[in-house]
Amino acid sequence: MLLSGNEAIARGAWEAGVLFASSYPGTPSSEILETIASYKEIKAEWAPNEKDAFMSAMGAMLAGARALASMKHVGVNVAADPFLTVTYTGVNGGFVLVTADDPELHSSQNEQDNRHYAKFAKVPMLEPSDSQEAKDFTKRAFEISEAFDTPVMLRTVTRISHSKSPVELGERTVPDRPIGFVRDESKYVMLPAYARQRHKVIEERLIKLKAFAETFKGNKVEMRETSIGIITGGISYQYAKEIFPNASFLKLGIAWPLPERMIKEFIGKVDKVYVIEELDPFWEENIRAMGYSLDVGKNMVPLCGELSPTILAKVFDPSYKVPEPVYAGPIPPRPPNLCAGCPHRAVLYVLKKNKLYVHGDIGCYTLGALPPLQAMNSSFSMGSSIGVCEGASQVLNKDGQSKMVCVIGDSTFLHSGITPLLNMAFNKANATVIILDNWITAMTGAQEHPGTGYTVTGEETTAVDYAELAKALGVAPANIRKVNPYNIEEFDKVVEEETSKQGTSVIITADAPCVLLRRAITAYNAPLSVDEVSCTGCRLCLELGCPAISWDVSKAGEYKTKDGKVKKRKGTAVIDTMLCNGCGLCYQVCQFGAIRGIKAEIPFGFQLKKKQKNVS
Amino acid sequence: MGSGATNILVAGVGGQGVILASDIMADTFLEAGYDVKKSEVHGMAQRGGSVSSHVRFGEKVYSPIIKMGEVNYLCVMERMETLRWLNYCSKSTIILMDEVEVNPPIVNLGEMEYPRDIEEILRNNFKNFHIIPAANIAAELGSERAANVVLAGALSMLLDIDQEIWLKSLLARLPKRLHELNKKAFLAGRAALPNF
Repeated sequence: MLLSGNEAIARGAWEAGVLFASSYPGTPSSEILETIASYKEIKAEWAPNEKDAFMSAMGAMLAGARALASMKHVGVNVAADPFLTVTYTGVNGGFVLVTADDPELHSSQNEQDNRHYAKFAKVPMLEPSDSQEAKDFTKRAFEISEAFDTPVMLRTVTRISHSKSPVELGERTVPDRPIGFVRDESKYVMLPAYARQRHKVIEERLIKLKAFAETFKGNKVEMRETSIGIITGGISYQYAKEIFPNASFLKLGIAWPLPERMIKEFIGKVDKVYVIEELDPFWEENIRAMGYSLDVGKNMVPLCGELSPTILAKVFDPSYKVPEPVYAGPIPPRPPNLCAGCPHRAVLYVLKKNKLYVHGDIGCYTLGALPPLQAMNSSFSMGSSIGVCEGASQVLNKDGQSKMVCVIGDSTFLHSGITPLLNMAFNKANATVIILDNWITAMTGAQEHPGTGYTVTGEETTAVDYAELAKALGVAPANIRKVNPYNIEEFDKVVEEETSKQGTSVIITADAPCVLLRRAITAYNAPLSVDEVSCTGCRLCLELGCPAISWDVSKAGEYKTKDGKVKKRKGTAVIDTMLCNGCGLCYQVCQFGAIRGIKAEIPFGFQLKKKQKNVS
Repeated sequence: MGSGATNILVAGVGGQGVILASDIMADTFLEAGYDVKKSEVHGMAQRGGSVSSHVRFGEKVYSPIIKMGEVNYLCVMERMETLRWLNYCSKSTIILMDEVEVNPPIVNLGEMEYPRDIEEILRNNFKNFHIIPAANIAAELGSERAANVVLAGALSMLLDIDQEIWLKSLLARLPKRLHELNKKAFLAGRAALPNF
């Protein structure tokens, strides 16, 4: 059957007898855990962040189970602390860390190449080139982990994770051994005295892994014409096969450590050696370090962004031409946008209106940096909004402090925002934090988190109370506000009050779940409409950047003011009734009463189910 | 340097069912005995964004993405999106396009104009350009949402794969209550393509 790379990794984990898997959602990795959660034999969890996911999987491994942690590339940075020490201890049950890299930054803040982590942590890394290998390598990774007493990394990239190709399924086999701890303090207690000894062990392990790499069946030599020999692997192998159908190939299934003898033999058989790899010259540098000179590497293959058959053809095929554009005019871009009725829109609108400096974070609201909202001035990594806001507040004067806020989503706050907020309270920062609580991890496609009240399988559980949490971290109760962002006037007032206060303030959006979260919203409102007679064409509503509102120049001409005067306009706003769900923002923004609903009163937001709270 | 695979690019706007249409195609080709690869990018708030899916089938397929200039069939659910993918096409590409227009935000804001000369450009440059009023056909059958299936039906007329395999793949991906509508939509799509 056809499986995506992510589905195939999940299937491989199931077939390998995995008992525990944990993750934090992040493109392109999210579907791995979502698929694993559909196998009832595996205890699957969304963790608050990747470090938590990693540590939980470590614990399950320590207790003897086969365990998996999956995350996007930047998530490995979060998990790196325990990772770089568990490599010293080795494993009890098989332990696999899946890193899903995102070359081209389809949905990421950087495009780091996580093959470096394998070398850094001195662990083996397998890299599949299609879904069949994604499944097979996942299974093999658990065997390697147990055979060599090491965590194993499995690296996928967006084009492997999100491409589908045929996979032959196998049965599930659980290793025949009891679950339980093995008491071995010199192996599992990383005191300096013990860790010093373990460092020697893992260097010896790496030598054994190098020998294993020579025999790994996932490495393939395909000899054809010997004028060009291509060393490649992962998705780059598939692209190179399209462009060099007659060349000889050494396809690396193990990205680290490298099979040195195999590479030596291959290089000896071909005239010219090409290393074709996406992102960094990782293999190239390590092969050069073995003493070989290469004909092609990053001197010709682009270093930034994804590779593709088109890119390789442009570099290597002199007869290839990208077709001439037959349409000369500009094509209006269609970037991702906040949805009609999105609760973030109101917050960003108010922040822009007040000309505040906004530290943003990682989530849908990062799109608020784009026109027309343009209400974001910095965004780095998960939780950084609060962190950088703290430091900035310590060097700004009172006026500067009152013109700065940070915004962070609920899931991102629980991932990495709690300790920076603690830092703010602890160091008495004069700063304002806005938690955009939309009841879900929205950008990655609606995953549960510790604030939603549900687990990955939909089971009810406790839900964090953000106000109580802020209080416990040391924020003064008078500085903790909950406000419905769809009520623009009220929200504006609260932002004004809190930014003028001394001390740390926390504003939490209330009754504002993600507009796509059908679990939370029982009914949307009737669509609104623009009154063609009174619309002045001022375009203020268009500043909201709502996909349901458009500008109609065909309505240019005259309009009537409230007191009956006739004036000229350049056009009117129009609301698309198919897209509008009556959130009411444009109704509040319009100063001429030209936006109307079926009923006289337009509610602030939608009809909601009660939010899950502290089920016990 | 081509690999001999058949390349289909399905494109449109988020929410139109581009991914489902390409899933049905990929399932069909696998069922018909071919090697298949299919690729699209998920992530970010894709509502209203451009969506495209590459589907490739043949005896052996390596890359999951199509080389520019080598698309055999371009199936598009929104007029302007057709323009975005023309550099993936050659003169011999067969284009199936729905007439639906969805304004992007920048057009809504009046800062750019929706291209007006799309049909003329396509007619002048591609011998095999066909308008399939998929959304209208689907709406007449009961739901505009089946427009993607109408388009898949039209494509099926151009490929030598048994209609029953298509229908099997289609229905396997849908809940029972939608079977009747989508079967009709698929057959209407087959009927919508003029003989050539």
